[in-house]
Amino acid sequence: MNWNDHLPALLLAIPLFGAFVAPVASPFGRTTRNALLASFSFLTLLVSLFLLRHTLTNGIAVYVMGGESFDLTLPLGMKLPVRIIMEVDAFSAFMAVCGSIASFAGALFSMNYMEKFTGLGRFVSLYFLLTVGMLGMMITGDMFNFFVFLEISSIASIGLIAFWRDRPEAVEASIKYMLISQVSSMVFLIAAGALYGKYNVLNMAAMGALIKPGTLEKLALVFLVGTLAMKCGAFPLHMWLPDAYAEAPSGVSCLLVAVSQASLYGLMRVCFSLYGVNLGGAFIPWAMIVMGLSSMFFGVAMAVVQHDIKRLIGYHSVSQVGYMLLGLGVGMLVLTDARGMAEYGFTAIKGGIFHIFNYTMYKALLFLAAGAVYYTTGKRDLNELGGLARRMPFTTGMFVIAAAAISGLPPFNGFVSKLLIYESAFAVHPALTVVALVTSVLTLASFVKVFQTAFLGPERSAFATVREVPTAMLFGMGVLTLAVLVATLFPSWTLSYLVEPAARALVDQAGYVGAVMGGGL
Amino acid sequence: MIANAPFLLVGLLFLGGMIAIFMEKNLVKIAIAISVIGSSVNLFLVALGYRNGGTVPIHYMAGENTVMVLPTPQAMTLTAIVIALATTALLLSLIMLVYRHYGTLDIDEIRRLRG
Repeated sequence: MNWNDHLPALLLAIPLFGAFVAPVASPFGRTTRNALLASFSFLTLLVSLFLLRHTLTNGIAVYVMGGESFDLTLPLGMKLPVRIIMEVDAFSAFMAVCGSIASFAGALFSMNYMEKFTGLGRFVSLYFLLTVGMLGMMITGDMFNFFVFLEISSIASIGLIAFWRDRPEAVEASIKYMLISQVSSMVFLIAAGALYGKYNVLNMAAMGALIKPGTLEKLALVFLVGTLAMKCGAFPLHMWLPDAYAEAPSGVSCLLVAVSQASLYGLMRVCFSLYGVNLGGAFIPWAMIVMGLSSMFFGVAMAVVQHDIKRLIGYHSVSQVGYMLLGLGVGMLVLTDARGMAEYGFTAIKGGIFHIFNYTMYKALLFLAAGAVYYTTGKRDLNELGGLARRMPFTTGMFVIAAAAISGLPPFNGFVSKLLIYESAFAVHPALTVVALVTSVLTLASFVKVFQTAFLGPERSAFATVREVPTAMLFGMGVLTLAVLVATLFPSWTLSYLVEPAARALVDQAGYVGAVMGGGL
Repeated sequence: MIANAPFLLVGLLFLGGMIAIFMEKNLVKIAIAISVIGSSVNLFLVALGYRNGGTVPIHYMAGENTVMVLPTPQAMTLTAIVIALATTALLLSLIMLVYRHYGTLDIDEIRRLRG
């Protein structure tokens, strides 16, 4: 019995335990609560890193919940799995690492950021529940279990977005998100139910083994893709995203970035591992590409006219999600075409996956930097900000790193992933790359604007007493800066040791199916 | 035909709920529409697991061979009902907060977050 085998369960158990301990520990005072927040999210991060190492060396990890043995996927000679199975391949573990880095950074940041407010026991509780929901979506191998984690994460994020419930805008953003997420999760459940009705399994791997192209499957696929794209903030229904990100407390926005990536993960899991070669033509890949391009363009077009710093960053999230949809859509387009896959499809998938990591890190960092500005000045309107570089040198430095990364300036990690996406999308059609490049230029323009108005310029008398933010907040931002810098300084190491195994696991449908269906007695 | 009646009802409820979400202006009515959609999904799951002439999925005697309804969709439905309870409570409390802040439940007037 190796403790490494239980990592998938621990990854969920630790933050879940934190969520239920928080209300009990909270009356013991601020220090206890902060220690709980920091230590449990750090433990989650450690477990996710161990899990990544485990999947990179031992291949796919399966964990049967409530079975006689953790790896007994098909007990008593059954042909189909009956229990809830966690299935962690390199892609899931990669996503879990991204998510738990964001969760850890947001937790460190929130310790000081939220200290002026009451109800922090509930805040910590919801924060951990949101982490559980996100990680659960990333590692589960079961359709209904995915729905349950989807609901856990949306309930927790609704509570956190409306945490400042005395602000009308926060409540409005929260209710908007609630309507979208409720409708989408119900539609998700209908699609999962329809597939269950036809194939009698809920396990994604078993379903992937049984699935055949047909009308019902196509309908279910459209439902699944539509709802998950909605939840990750793709173009036609992206309106909730900037509102929710802007109105949530900054530590939470940082985690919400990773949570929307969990929906993107679900989307990829459905398309690559569940349907895979049965995707049925080029409709879904092209839908994904068109969705990606329009999210990219409309997101950035809305972002350049914003003057609320957090809303501006929120609109950039819409446009960044477009890059991942573009990259993964291009990869999906050539899923059954071995030559196209080798020539540009795999590069596109690598680019998309690397962009997930980069996006989570620098976007979370941008939200934290915007939160730091709000913490010290109490302002979010760019017209009222200015000259903060002298007062807050560390925040400014980290903001510059994140802004350069998101704009895809050459040495930074954003450039690497964007370049992979550009060159592979060019092989499909040059117009795709043109849109992506224009988006990148507009992104740079809008961040130059933010940097110039908020941090440069003459000092304002209103900010004469502004100081650098407390150390814990700097540490929270520092964690993300470190992640951005590692990906920046060692792009080939990151690509070959983190991104490529994840991309390989994503396109390997047979491996994903075999890990569950091949085992057993 | 009659065996498909539950699925027709599911379709009707789902469509009705969807139309109400897009057409209604009152937040409470939208909340009701979401509950209707939730009920249609639950009905869908239960109807999926029904076998004609089936009994409760419990073995009373060894070696007994009777037609039983599927237990898994029922377990799923129970879970979905519990989740729906939590989300409905949360949605209604948010609606209460909205009313306190804005003094109205008309979604056309609740729009400070624009552009």
